[in-house]
Formats: sequence, structure tokens, C-alpha cells
Amino acid sequence: MEALILAGGTILAGVFACTAWFWGANLALDLICPARGPQAGRNILRANMVRPWLFIGPAVLFLGLYLVYPVLKSTLMSFQDASGARFVGLANYRWLAGDAKFREAILNNFLWLLVVPATATFIGLVAAQITDRIRWGKFAKSMIFMPMAISFVGAGVIWKFIYDFRAEGLAQIGLLNAFWVWLGHSPQTWLTLPFWNNFLLMAVLIWIQTGFAMVILSAALRGIPEETVEAAILDGANPWQLFFRIKVPQIWGTIAVVWTTITITVLKVFDIVFVMTNGEWGTQVLANMMYNWMFRGAPDYGRGSAIALVIMALVTPMMIWNIRAARRETG
Amino acid sequence: MADLTLAGLTKRYGEVTVLSGIDLEIRAGELIVFVGPSGCGKSTLLRMIAGLERISSGDLIIDGLRVNDMPPAQRGIAMVFQSYALYPHMTVRQNMEFALKIAKKPRAEITAAVEKAARILQLTPYLDRLPKALSGGQRQRVAIGRAIVRDPKVYLFDEPLSNLDAALRVATRIEIAQLKEAMPGRTMIYVTHDQVEAMTLASRIVVLANGGIAQVGTPLALYERPESEFVAQFIGSPQMNLLAGKVVETGARTRVQLEAGGTACSTVPTAPADLGLAVNIGVRPEDLTLTEGPGLFTGTVEIVEALGEVTLLYFGRAPGAGQIIAKLPGGHADLRHARVTLTTAPEKVHLFHAGQSLLYR
Ligand SMILES: Nc1ncnc2c1ncn2[C@@H]1O[C@H](COP(=O)(O)OP(=O)(O)OP(=O)(O)O)[C@@H](O)[C@H]1O
Ligand SMILES: [Mg+2]
Repeated sequence: MEALILAGGTILAGVFACTAWFWGANLALDLICPARGPQAGRNILRANMVRPWLFIGPAVLFLGLYLVYPVLKSTLMSFQDASGARFVGLANYRWLAGDAKFREAILNNFLWLLVVPATATFIGLVAAQITDRIRWGKFAKSMIFMPMAISFVGAGVIWKFIYDFRAEGLAQIGLLNAFWVWLGHSPQTWLTLPFWNNFLLMAVLIWIQTGFAMVILSAALRGIPEETVEAAILDGANPWQLFFRIKVPQIWGTIAVVWTTITITVLKVFDIVFVMTNGEWGTQVLANMMYNWMFRGAPDYGRGSAIALVIMALVTPMMIWNIRAARRETG
Repeated sequence: MADLTLAGLTKRYGEVTVLSGIDLEIRAGELIVFVGPSGCGKSTLLRMIAGLERISSGDLIIDGLRVNDMPPAQRGIAMVFQSYALYPHMTVRQNMEFALKIAKKPRAEITAAVEKAARILQLTPYLDRLPKALSGGQRQRVAIGRAIVRDPKVYLFDEPLSNLDAALRVATRIEIAQLKEAMPGRTMIYVTHDQVEAMTLASRIVVLANGGIAQVGTPLALYERPESEFVAQFIGSPQMNLLAGKVVETGARTRVQLEAGGTACSTVPTAPADLGLAVNIGVRPEDLTLTEGPGLFTGTVEIVEALGEVTLLYFGRAPGAGQIIAKLPGGHADLRHARVTLTTAPEKVHLFHAGQSLLYR
């Protein structure tokens, strides 16, 4: 209850502060440079030069505080020792290169990268096409989209239950084991099966991201001119050819944007692994490894920062490409 | 080689009946033009023939075969859309090849067909371009090329030229006429808003109105013998003048006293019983001439449009008539505000039953 009041109060205060700033700053500017009197023309020009800065000022300030500064600080820390007391040169990176767990994390991230964006985009595309055709498509759509509203941590907890294990003979509360036992096998501790447990974790993210892919791609599919589809029907294309040779090529740009957006999410994946396996049994990923070094046990800020920078180096090119592609789509 | 029979073709959207009981025989090699006011169902009829729109009732028969339930691709029909509907991600060549590739034709045959079509349509230099790098006229030619390579029995065109500018429209219209000339056996159905396209291209024109066929005939037949006031006013530009009056003399020649004041003489014969009958006479603007003596209509010229080769005279509304328009050869800029009398030859006067709008015969 107290937390609720606190949250509500914070939201109110935030909205009030924003309004007060934009309104007040605007008013102050108009007072300093009044749009009348002998200097009216000059004042309007001046005010128009200042006004944009008043409005984007807070955003620039907060971006600087919470984005630019941490990047600089992390870079610095990655060249320092565990406590940030002295410089160690490239020692942290040299350690990374030789660390087996880091290699595992890189490999796993790569695996995630191969599987999750492709699968989520593909299922989303198919779902977009099918839900537009069937009568209960709207309902199906909202069901597929629903997981988007669940936090990764929440999703991780839900899926942990699905993969849950009870000893043989006990009632299985995990959906997967219940099914597995029903098929006549003995129950498995799924999340400890090396290699395959990675895919069980990926399923969670796919479950979440498919809805996103579906919504975006469904809008793109609707944007395809109906006549091109009709022309293809007259040309003799069957539904399959219609979809893959006429529709999909026309929305390649959007598919690429969806794909890269999910790719970026995948590179940063942390919560799911943290909640479900904490990187044990061969499921470590970069973001979780960074968290472990940064904040658990005896923290090593140097190594944690080095891993953070590796993640950033991987994400940035994707990000740039993604923004470019999105601009091409809309412009 | 493709006869089409439309028998009682009807299209309903739920409660709304858009087309009802369309009966039409189209013989192989004809170029049929559908005209009619906007929203009268021309595109719908064309799309029903193509198979893109379900037929609510009635039969569509191509070469003796009922094709109501046959998939569009098997009907041997190609359609050219108003918006071109080119596949934007394919080059001109790929656009034209698509149907043949789907049909799994041998590679050599495909290449030959595409190159032949490209030659006919002067598209050879553009074969490897994407549609977005083409002008409107070139895109329309690609759309036509896509139809040609399939060598269909029936071509359907839905206002193919309406997105082109005036000069290009004339050029492309002539290309379509030449295309038709080169394929005398192919049947074409063409929807247009444009009078000139309809008159110049059609072997027969079908005038659609109010969900049905108002009249079918050769362009000249429609122009010379319209069966209703609607067709009379729809074909020809500016539209035919209509004046209300009463029959005052019957026989081989009919004399009509007009409400607007003048009298008209027509070669349409009438029976003695028709004396006193209320009729509308129709006279085309281009059939009116100036006269000194008594005539059909006397009025003051309100607006003069001198187009060089012809001059259009617009008169004010007269009792029992719409706006009267006369089209005189040559220039007559001096007639503004002049009071003039118009007359016409008796064989140019059409007679319609007042109210029923049917030709008096
Ligand atoms: N899906 C639909 N539901 C209900 N009515 C429709 C539907 N599609 C078309 N119509 C109606 O059918 C009629 C005929 O439409 P159509 O497009 O065939 O007209 P058109 O003669 O081609 O007109 P235009 O010359 O403007 O192209 C219109 O009055 C339209 O409102
Ligand atoms: Mg239309």
C-alpha cells in the first residue's frame, strides 16, 4: 500500500514537474524577450533560437547523466582493477580472452542470436498472415501479443514452473514434465540438460517477442497494395507463392527492422537467464556474466565493465543499422 | 477464339444489389467497352469476369464452359489494372515472366515471350529496371506486357489510361488499338470514363446504369440511335440538348411545339393517335446551326468558348429544357450576349417519350 502511494506520488510529482518546467520556462522566455515594443522582431527571433533548447534541455541533460556518463565511466573502469583503485591496462581484456566461462557466454549468445530473432520473426510473420485470415484472428492476435506485457523476470518465473521437476512418482506440476510423463518417460530436470537447456531458455524470449513481430508485420502486410496480390492471383500464384514471392518481398524492409530489433534484445538478454538458471549448467550469457562480476560475491568492477563494453560493441552496429533501416522504411 | 456469355449475372453485397441480371453476348475478337457513371458497377462486372469477385447469381460462360467456380488463373484471362499493380520488388523482366514461371514453362519459351512483348511495347531497354525507376506510361506498358506474355484468350482493362497525362493517354490509346489490330482473335473488355477512348476503341459499347445495361451497340449506333435519354446524354460531348414539347402534327414527319417557344420537325414517323402527346426532343450540340428565320430555339448567348476549330455557345435555361449548348464549326467570339435562333435538320431530331425516356418509334 505504501509502495503504491509512493509510486502514485512520484508519477504525479514527475508530471507536475515536467509541466511546470515547460510552461514556466516558456513563460519566462516570453517575459525576457517580449514579442512587442520596439524590439519585437529581434525578440521573437531570439526567443525562437532559445526555445528549442528549453524544451529538449531536460532530455539532453538526463541522457548525458544516465547514458553518456556511464559509458565513459565504464570504459575507464574496464582498464582498472577490481576496486577501481589503479590502472591495469589491458589486463581485464586479456583475462576475458582466456576465460572459459566467457567463451561459453559468447558461444551461447551467438546461439541465441542464431535462433531467437529468426524464429520469433518467422512465427510472427506466419501468425500475422494467418490471424488476418481467420474469424477468431483478433482473439488469437491478442493472445499472441499478451506476453509482450509481461516483464522478462515474470516470464522467467512462469516458464520455470513449466520446466519444473518433481521426483519420479510424485505428481508433476511442471507442464513439460507432466506431458513427458504422460508420454511414458521418466521426469527430467530440464534446465540442467547441457546444451538443450539453452533452447528451453530461448523459448521464453521467443514466446515474448513473437507478439511484437506479429503486430509490426501484420501492419506491414496490410500496407501491401491489394492489386499486386490480385494480379498475382490472375497470374496463377497459389497461396504459398502469393505469400513468399509477392507479399514477403514487399515487406523485407520491415522484416529486417523487426529482426534487428529482436537481435538487440537478444544481445542484452539477462533477466530470463538470471531467473531461470543464473548461467549454470552451461547457459551463461554475456549480460548475466557481467552482472555476476559486477554485483555478486566480491565485485570486480574492472572485469564487469570489460564485459559490458564487449556487449556494447556488439549491439552498437546492430543499432545503427536498425535505425537506418527504420528511417528508410518511414521516409 | 473466346466467346463470352453473361447470363443473368448478378452481384450483391449483403442487402445491396450492385448489378442485376446482366445479359451480354461477346463474340471472339471483339473489343467491348464498358462505360457508365461512377459507381455503376463497371469494375465489379470486370472483376466478376476475371474471377476476383464472386458471382452472386447467373452464369458466366467462356467458350461454352461455365466458369463461375473456376479459379481466375485457369480462365485464360489477363487483367490490366488502373494502378498498374506491378510487383515492386521485381524487375520489368521478372514482372513479365512471373505468370509463365508459375506455369513452369520452359526457360527458352519464357525468354522468347518476354523479349517479343518487350519489343512490341518498346520496353527492351528497361527490362532490368525496377518499376519505381519507370515513368507512368512505361509502367502501364509493363502492365500490358505482363498480360501479353501469357497470351490470354481475354484481356480485361480497368481504366488503364486514367493515370496518364493527356498526351500520353492518346499515344497509349493508339498503341492499344494497334495491339488489338495485331491480335484479331483475342477478345478485349475495356472499362473507361473517357468518351474518346470508348468511341475510338470499341467494336461495341455497353452502357451500364442503375445496376443494368442501358444499351449495347456500336459506337456510331449509340451516337445516332440512343434508345433512352440517359444514353443520349451519356454518349457525346457536350451532352445532347433535351427540350420538352407536344406533338402537333403526325405522319411521316412529326412536328413538335416546344415549351421554350420554337417548333421542331422530325423525320421520326408518328401515328395519328399520338397527336397532343408530350415528348422530349433531343438535338446534339453539333447538329445545331444558326438561322435567320424561325427555328427550334431562340435565346441569348451567355458564354462563348472559342476552341479554334469549334465554338461552344451556352444559353440560359429555357422553359422545359436544361442548359442549351450549341457547337458551331470555326470561331464565333463575336456572339457573346447576342440573341440568336438555332435550327437543325429534321433527320437530326430524336424523339423521346416524356417520362419514360424511351425512343419514340
Ligand atoms: N465491398 C463492397 N460492399 C458494398 N458495396 C460495394 C463493395 N464494393 C463495391 N461496392 C459498390 O458497388 C458499386 C459499383 O462499384 P464499382 O467499383 O464496380 O463501380 P465503377 O463503375 O467501377 O465506378 P468507377 O467508375 O468510379 O470506377 C458502387 O456503388 C460501390 O459502392
Ligand atoms: Mg471502377
